[in-house]
Formats: sequence, C-alpha cells, structure tokens
Amino acid sequence: MPIITLDRVSKTYPAGAGSTEALQDVSLGIDRGEFVSLIGPSGCGKSTLLRIVGDLVPPSSGTVTVNGKTPEAARLDRDYGIVFQAPVLYDWRTVEANVRLPLEVMSWPRGEREARVRRLLRLVGLDAFRRHYPWQLSGGMQQRVAIARALVADPAILLMDEPFGALDEMTRERLNLELLDLAGETRATVLFVTHSVAEAVFLSSRVVVLSPRPGRIARVVEVDLPRPRTEKTRALPRFFELVTAVREHLVEDPGLAAVGARGAAV
Amino acid sequence: MRAVREYLPAVAVFVLGVAVWEAVVFAFSIEFYLLPAPHVIVASLRQSFPVLLEASLYTFGEALAGYGVGCGLGVVAAALGSRSPALAGVLLPYAIASASVPIVALAPLAIVWFGIGPGSKIAIAALMTFFPTFVATLRGLLGTDPESLELMRSCAATEWQIFWTLRLPGSVPLLFGALRACTTLAMIGAVVSEFFGGPMKSLGVYIKSTASLFQTRQAWSAILVACALGLTFYGVVALVERLAVPWRAERERVGA
Repeated sequence: MPIITLDRVSKTYPAGAGSTEALQDVSLGIDRGEFVSLIGPSGCGKSTLLRIVGDLVPPSSGTVTVNGKTPEAARLDRDYGIVFQAPVLYDWRTVEANVRLPLEVMSWPRGEREARVRRLLRLVGLDAFRRHYPWQLSGGMQQRVAIARALVADPAILLMDEPFGALDEMTRERLNLELLDLAGETRATVLFVTHSVAEAVFLSSRVVVLSPRPGRIARVVEVDLPRPRTEKTRALPRFFELVTAVREHLVEDPGLAAVGARGAAV
Repeated sequence: MRAVREYLPAVAVFVLGVAVWEAVVFAFSIEFYLLPAPHVIVASLRQSFPVLLEASLYTFGEALAGYGVGCGLGVVAAALGSRSPALAGVLLPYAIASASVPIVALAPLAIVWFGIGPGSKIAIAALMTFFPTFVATLRGLLGTDPESLELMRSCAATEWQIFWTLRLPGSVPLLFGALRACTTLAMIGAVVSEFFGGPMKSLGVYIKSTASLFQTRQAWSAILVACALGLTFYGVVALVERLAVPWRAERERVGA
C-alpha cells in the first residue's frame, strides 16, 4: 500500500478576473522508501504539488492520502521534513540550534535532543561546525544543515523543493551522493522537485515528468539503475538512456520559457 | 587598525572644521556673543563643568525614561498589532501621521497635563520614540519570509511558537535600527520640552536662559555636552546591537 496517494488532484489559482490552472488531474502512488523526483518546465506546478502533499497549500479538487491520513493530520503528526532551495536557516541560531529547532517545536525531552542533533550533524559531516553560525558557512554546508534539520525528527516523508538548485555542479553532485546515503539510512520516503534531468535520474527510483501548465503527468520513468549508486553510475550507458527518455517527455512551454528567462535576468 | 582607518576621515573633518571656525572668528573679529571661538567654548565648559554635568545628567535621565517608556510600549504595541491586524490597522495611520506632526509642539500641552517636572519631558520623549519603534518592530514581526513560515508549519508549530522562535528574533535587526534612531529623538524631546519650562538644573533651561542673556559661550558649552551625551547614548545602543545581532556587522563586512 502506497504511503502517499494522489487521486485526481487539481489546483487553480485566482489570477486577475479569471484563474490559472496550475495542476490538472494528477494521480500518483508513492511507496514507502521510494525516492520520487518531480521534473517539468518552469511553472508546471511541481512545487505546488510538493506543497499540496505537505499540507502547505490545499488542493482545489481531488484527494491526497498520506500514511492513511489527510495531509493535515500527517503534518500535525510531524510526518514531514522539508528542504527548500534556500537553506532557510535562522541567523541568530548556531548550526546545532538550527538543527534542534524541529525538536524544540515538537517538545522533545531535553535529554534526547542533544544526542539526536549530534547524530544528524555527524551524518552530514558538520559536527565540527556545530557552534558556528549559518552565515559563517558556505552555501553547500548551509544546505547540509537544512537537510540535517529536515531529518532530525526522523520524519516518514522528506519533501525537497529544488534543494541543490542554487549550488555549483561539484557541490551538487557530492550532495546527491550524500543524500542517497542519508535517505537509505533513515529509510525516509523522498519527494524531490528538480530542474535537472541528470540529478532526477541519478537519485530516483522513479521520475515523474510533468507537462507545461497546467501540470499533468506526461510520463513516469522507472529508474532501474543498480544500487548503491556511485560516481560510476553516471557513466553507465543505461544512465544516458534514462536521461534521454526523461528529456524526450520534457516539453518546454515556449511562452513560459521566455517568461522564465526574463525572470532570471531580472 | 581598521577602526583607525575607518574613523580617520571623520576625525580629520572635525579637526579641520574646528580650525576653520577658530580662524573665521579671529579673521573677521566676530563678537563672542554672536559666535564664540571653539577655545572660548572649551574654557567655558571647563569652568562650568560641575553645573553642566548635573544639568545634563538630569536631562539625560528624562530622555532615558522617555526612551524606555516609548520604545517599550512601541514593542508591546507591535507585538499585539502583529497578532491582531485590526489593532495594527487602527494604530498604523496614527503612526504615519505622527511622522508629519511636530510632536515637540505638544510640549506646552504636556506641561499642562503632566506638570513642570520630569513628567512632561518623559511624556514627550516617550511620544517621539513610540511610533518609530512601533512601525519598525511591526514591519519586522510581519516581514517573516514565507519559507521560514512554511518550515514552522511543516513541524506543526503553534502561532505562539512561531512568534517566539521566528517572528520576534527575526524582527531584532529592524528593532535595533529604530532603537538607534530613537536615542537622538529622546534627547531632542527632553531638551526641547525643557525650553517650555523646567528646573534650572536642566540642559534645556540652561541653554535657553544663557542664550537669552547673550551668554553665548555658556549656551554653546551646554550644546556641546548635549551633543556628547547624545552620541554616547547612540554609541551604547549601537554596541548592544553589535553584540545582539552579530551577523549583521559580519554581513556588512563581507559585503553580502
């Protein structure tokens, strides 16, 4: 039985006099422990879909079931960890205090907090920096702190919204490897939004390709690359086949692409 | 070493300004009651230092009390306003209007209401500092970035937790901007209120009475003391800010 079930989920936003349809009839089941990437052109609603699963945005129609509950119940049960493109760390908290934040909010017993925070910091390789402040760290390190924070309360589901989109290629590839280790270790189910086809294929058990707005599922590509995935995985012929397969279904909406390019230039 | 290089231009301009002032007074034989030369002011300052010190501490006490009351109420009102949009809606227009109303013009009325003693001065200083603090803190409390809020939501944080762990600490940089600006406002409020009446041993009354007797050098030495006090007040608050918001100074340094 899937841990996340989306049944004909649609989302429309009011826009001026009319409305914009962001998502249309998205149905998808994600099994426990899966790593599923959402990929699609700018404005296809992939971030919206992630936020609907996380109960940060309500769907306009359709139903979402998470762990047998509504997304709201799952959120209140603290089933989610979330990572954004920006690290969203609090400047006034040290690295360890940032990682501890969810535990404080969830009122974990004080005695258990420190051990848990230290464990996560060791997992992301930042134990030596635990007394540093976020602004003293590089972008890649900041994002590692954000990942540690998302995993600290041992959530069943990890939601990631282009978490490595702002990082350079080398840092990104290193963090991809680390993320796979972490996901394996914590056995969290991961829903991962990305712009990068290679990243999606490298990380995922399945890649969900969305069409231009309104976002619909254009294709689901099963990734049958061997595990564990390593640097060598990227050199496999099968890796290139899968990247090509995903790219074939990835249609860039010309109008939106122009808007995206202008937005990026501003 | 960096501090020396940073402040050197300002110090140089100050020294140059004093020198030009001294030279102009000497060259044009300006009467001392019109514009006393700096060395005359310093001599007068030395002579009447005990009186000036007492007066300035008295006035500074009023300014500090008004500052505490005004800024304190400003923060509390902003905290309430951030929880209740209706309350913020009632207060904000007044806050904006207060920027165009010279609050010191209310000083004579304050004396009617709160008496000739420190009460009226504290009231004016409080009124002058309340609105800037309120507006800045409210902006800080409501200006939390959406993803930080989503993060808190994803851990099912209560509104109370969001306020204490996110909104309040996040508003501290803006709050300190207002607290710095309010130091000088509080001093202005206290000194100017004293022009409308107060005890002899206060800076405002001292400046007003010496100036009206053409004892210009005494008036100038009192202005000098008021200026030094204001700068010290500002400096102390800026120092506290550096300790409370270290990442701000750091970011300015690295230019982020």
